[in-house]
Amino acid sequence: MFSLDLLLDAVVIGVLLGCFYAAVSIGLSVSFGLLDVPHVAHPAFLVMASYAVFFLNDRYDIDPLLAGLLITPLLFVFGLVAYRLYYETFERRGSDAAVRGIAFFFGVAFIIEVLIILQFGVDQRSVTASYIGQSFRIGDMRIPFRLLVAFAVATALTILLALYLSRTFMGRAIRAVAQDEEAVRLMGANPVRIKQWAFGIATAVLGIAGALLIIVAPVDPTLDRAYIGRTFCVVVMAGLGSMAGTLLAAIILGVAETIVLTLFGASWAPAISFAMLLGVLAVRPQGLFGR
Amino acid sequence: MTKQRGSTAFWIGAVAFLLAVLLATQLIGNEYPFFAGYVILQFIVLSVAWSILGGYAGYVNFGTSAFFGVGVYTAVFLVKATGAPLAVQIGVAAIVGALLGFAVGLLTLRMQGIFFSIATIALTIVIETSVTNWRYLGGAAGIQLQRPQVLPPFHSYVQMLFFVQALLVVLAVAIARYIQGSWIGRGLQALKDDELAAECTGVPTLRLKLLACVISGALMCAAGAPAAMYLQYADPGSAFNLNYSVSVLAMALIGGTAHWAGPVIGAVLLGVTQQLLAVTISSEVNVLVLGIMLVLFVVGAPEGLIGLIARLRPKRAEIGA
Repeated sequence: MFSLDLLLDAVVIGVLLGCFYAAVSIGLSVSFGLLDVPHVAHPAFLVMASYAVFFLNDRYDIDPLLAGLLITPLLFVFGLVAYRLYYETFERRGSDAAVRGIAFFFGVAFIIEVLIILQFGVDQRSVTASYIGQSFRIGDMRIPFRLLVAFAVATALTILLALYLSRTFMGRAIRAVAQDEEAVRLMGANPVRIKQWAFGIATAVLGIAGALLIIVAPVDPTLDRAYIGRTFCVVVMAGLGSMAGTLLAAIILGVAETIVLTLFGASWAPAISFAMLLGVLAVRPQGLFGR
Repeated sequence: MTKQRGSTAFWIGAVAFLLAVLLATQLIGNEYPFFAGYVILQFIVLSVAWSILGGYAGYVNFGTSAFFGVGVYTAVFLVKATGAPLAVQIGVAAIVGALLGFAVGLLTLRMQGIFFSIATIALTIVIETSVTNWRYLGGAAGIQLQRPQVLPPFHSYVQMLFFVQALLVVLAVAIARYIQGSWIGRGLQALKDDELAAECTGVPTLRLKLLACVISGALMCAAGAPAAMYLQYADPGSAFNLNYSVSVLAMALIGGTAHWAGPVIGAVLLGVTQQLLAVTISSEVNVLVLGIMLVLFVVGAPEGLIGLIARLRPKRAEIGA
């Protein structure tokens, strides 16, 4: 029943899917991995971006990827404001910040979910573009074109962000804050402004990520719940804040999901990322490629 | 002296509450008030149970829906396999909940803060998916249940469930109240403030955390068990719905977790609001109001209503202490 062909199929699709998972997780890798913000609302922000892309595509017939690019500056500003709010109410007051911060973001995620339902309804939504619906054949293998687009854009996005963090001045400043906030303060820089900028970047990449999400498959308002598992699984498995790790961990998740899907069927799909997340947290909480 | 007098007053209040509930089931013929009230009582039990771990010990459990759902499905399994009566369903659910709580307690060994919270969500989805794939329990489509004959002195099954849930409320509050006043509560408070320091000064942190998880889990599962008979139907999507987790979290935090009365107040307040909104507007607006109130309280009044009241009357609070 399970042949080598099928396995090869699953691995190829899994790698493509994995790179897509990296793109939707990379923002969390910055906000949670580097900045230690308990950002449970990250997947909700992602789904919100997808709906914005859907709106632009549906109403003005704009290509989903272009729409994702268009909303990126808005998301950046949204991220700046969100971090400022979080910082003023929780981080600055110190004690108990983590516990209340989680509750805060959980509440925000639910508000976003309901607002989407009130605006767009509970039905699944999808976008239209010339590259959606076609597929690509290599021998017996059929690869949906939309997955290839997602793969290419996601890989580019992930590599770009990794380069930004390692090569540019601001990127290095962000990593410095993650390593030792006090030292950055002593150097005369303002760690809060750097972190705010970083959170803005982490939210801005959700524009493209959200476009990919709705290109790969239709979205519904509660899709963020499934992506809590996927994004946190990837970020924790990667070892908090490691960009190369994020890509590798996402590929591992993608391959694992497609293999389980082919072997046991789609009804087990939601549990895979969460089970892997539990496993990583219990056995190796510092992640596979941890600091 | 004062403690004893407070205790007597508490138990008199508890007995009076149960008598009033019993009397209401005998005098009021209309089923609807009980149908709506049941949900509020259920949320009181859940949020009081949640705050034993989340409030006293500071471990934010997002797995309320896991415990609730396991309670529901324990009852479903028992009814289907053996036709066990309600009391047995609740009892077994409590035992299963205690075991699940123990497992969650072991998680606290390695994770704190957001890692623990995320792990509890993960546990919820993993259990939900397993139940979805368990054909015997109806799978994703759900399962219909037939209510057995109602026991006297009750006239309808919903009224009986209402009374049973009221008993669970008293049980949960009594346990939370006992924990708060005993060395267990003080130990949990100590490990909430600083786990390492507590361990160093001889507080048995692991034992306390396990105890809190077991008690909290048992109560949550027990509260979920009657829901199967209440709805006469169960499906994994609604039994394990994350809305339970966020509602209970919101109720406990809005009421305030420093005192056992906090989650009770929060659950009554939000529960009543939700019932009214669900009837008058829609269930979506319902969740929206819940989310907004949660965010507002977490930002503006971290101590909850209990904290707000204490701040308004600082002098009396000092004398009381």
